[in-house]
Amino acid sequence: MSDQRNSTGSQTTDRDDETVVSLEDVSVHFEKEQGLVDSLFNDAQRVKAVDGVSIDIPENEVLALVGESGCGKTTLGKTIIGVQRPTDGTVTYRGQDVWDAKDGNRDASVSYGDIRKALQIIHQDPGAALNPNRKVLTSLEAPLKRWNSELSTEDRRARIFALLDRVGMQPPQEYAHRYPHQLSGGEQQRVALVRALLMNPDVILADEAVSALDVSLRVETMDLLLELQSQFNTSFVFISHTLSNARYLTEKAGGRVAIMYLGEIVEIGPPEKVLRDPKHPYSKVLRWATADLDPSQQELTDPPVRSIDIPDPVNPPSGCHFHTRCPEAREVCTTEAPELGDEAGQPGAHCAGCHRTDPDHEYWDSDPLDGVEPTDAPRPRGESDD
Amino acid sequence: MPRDSQTERRGAHDPIIEVRNASVTYDLEYRDAMVLDDVSIDLRRGEILGVVGESGSGKSMLANAMMDAVEEPGITTGEIRYYPERGSEPVNILDLSDEELRSLRWEEISMVFQGALSSFNPTMTVRGHFEETLDAHDYDVEEGMERARELLEDLYLDPDRVLDSYSHELSGGMSQRALIALSLVLEPQVLLMDEPTAALDLLMQRSILSLLDDIKEKYNLSILFITHDLPLVSGLADRLAILYAFELAEVGPSEQVVRNSQHPYTRALLRAVPSLDAPLETMRPIPGSAPNPANTPNGCHYAPRCPLATDECHEETPPWFDTADDQRTACFNHDDAGDAVPLELEVVES
Repeated sequence: MSDQRNSTGSQTTDRDDETVVSLEDVSVHFEKEQGLVDSLFNDAQRVKAVDGVSIDIPENEVLALVGESGCGKTTLGKTIIGVQRPTDGTVTYRGQDVWDAKDGNRDASVSYGDIRKALQIIHQDPGAALNPNRKVLTSLEAPLKRWNSELSTEDRRARIFALLDRVGMQPPQEYAHRYPHQLSGGEQQRVALVRALLMNPDVILADEAVSALDVSLRVETMDLLLELQSQFNTSFVFISHTLSNARYLTEKAGGRVAIMYLGEIVEIGPPEKVLRDPKHPYSKVLRWATADLDPSQQELTDPPVRSIDIPDPVNPPSGCHFHTRCPEAREVCTTEAPELGDEAGQPGAHCAGCHRTDPDHEYWDSDPLDGVEPTDAPRPRGESDD
Repeated sequence: MPRDSQTERRGAHDPIIEVRNASVTYDLEYRDAMVLDDVSIDLRRGEILGVVGESGSGKSMLANAMMDAVEEPGITTGEIRYYPERGSEPVNILDLSDEELRSLRWEEISMVFQGALSSFNPTMTVRGHFEETLDAHDYDVEEGMERARELLEDLYLDPDRVLDSYSHELSGGMSQRALIALSLVLEPQVLLMDEPTAALDLLMQRSILSLLDDIKEKYNLSILFITHDLPLVSGLADRLAILYAFELAEVGPSEQVVRNSQHPYTRALLRAVPSLDAPLETMRPIPGSAPNPANTPNGCHYAPRCPLATDECHEETPPWFDTADDQRTACFNHDDAGDAVPLELEVVES
């Protein structure tokens, strides 16, 4: 809480721009289960959970993936940490193709075991992530015994106690001998965090790590995560369906927010830009959905979408996936998919995959779809996209 | 010592449900665990009352007690009075027989829980649920199904598609909306909603809320909306009731409670909620943790975490203080709450 991290403007000094994990044009498609009769007569239905995503995770990065359920944020997160094999595209860890290493390629510069160790996860439900029949200490010793078998029992325990102490579980000796059910939800989450940190990972994926906690614990937990992030020089990928949590984490750490919709990243950039000045109509919708505490800002207006339900991911809409709900959609959006832009992977860049960001796009001469208010914004001619 | 039950004065407002000194206790081996402690509150006719509390604060118990639906071996004491019409003789819900309760529920007072999937029978279509409900309460099925279709349309659902679906064929948001329609098909007067949107995406939550606002007007409902999410409900509710560790801390008009709360817990809770626009430094956690139901503190339940707590707070249960028009606060030191827990709600204009 006390450490005032430098904001995006002055990140030059301590930021190491070396890329830890890099995704190139990654897709993850799942085949939907079918009955026997269906499988004889129809092609398998494929759900495109992640569809052609490229993103780099540099060292010391804090990235938040935000979207509605079913948008593919968890699948993308798992692909980033190398536990979900992509059906297309490549995932590299410090230059080494993760799935080549897994398949036993002898030329691998980094072994799959080391990659696995370097990319860790904290699950959404900490209670389910810990073995209820094992004491905290036993759960925490397991990974050290596996990967750091050279450690003596005393060294191992000293390391565990130090970390438990560090995350505020004092006295650590006492907590270490408890069973998971003897801990509160927040404490279980800390144990899961310690277990990930024991491996000294490069990237930790935190899947909705905060949303299951009580309101009064959220800020405290997020502060702890950020403190550990800077202390251990670990990159964090947070998955969240809540914009306000994503904003807190990324703005405090000078990180990035990526908005996902039906398998694609539709907008990415620093939180000050993506959340304060969203370019993509979908990001604006998410902003509407985030309740403001101030009652004067609270008037319940109709949702700024043409349909409040997400389309079936088995058969995503053509062109821009969002055109069936978008309040700004025009004819061209039904056929032509917008690009996110090449600079999207770079830190600090603010990019949105929407035709409206291009002042010279044929969008502006295209007819609005049914139910779309005819042009409300003037054509932003001359507005340069920097 | 029971709190002054006269604080909610009769006459000034038109209550549809009066809760008086309601407590729920579980008789454990060693000692009693109290999961709702002497709560008195009115649900007024035609209002939306938001009940806000963290997990384990007893907010679901309050809703269950209002329908006498607390599960064994929980014991509900106190009085729950239901006034079907303005000024009519009250129905004492806790005195009703099982048969009387069965017709009261759904027909007069209906309830929607979170997790629609577990409320629907997976082997029955949505239409089956509507027909069964109408039939079981001796309503005209054909007429009722007309109403069902209209309700579904009000909730932005396509009646033909939804009625012929099984719940697992619908998305979470759609089945939750179908459940709301089902809860209204017998034309109840009161709708009790326990975290009805908690498992849903924010966009769906807000969308359902804006639909609820319309539906309340159209069907003349009185709604009790229980949630852990203060910002979610503060724009919808007419009044807010803040529950902390099984007892009420503060009750008042929504805007007043958010802008000008006199209770240190409400203020701390408001400050602990991350928002999109407020400066990051203003968001602060609440130190400490909530008490266990078998081991609640003697005086004010919030005293161990409260920066204002005095000896009096640790020993005696604070009575209600009228802190503003229609706002009451259970805190001895309510005058100092504003200074002790500063709260800035100014929005950064972008």
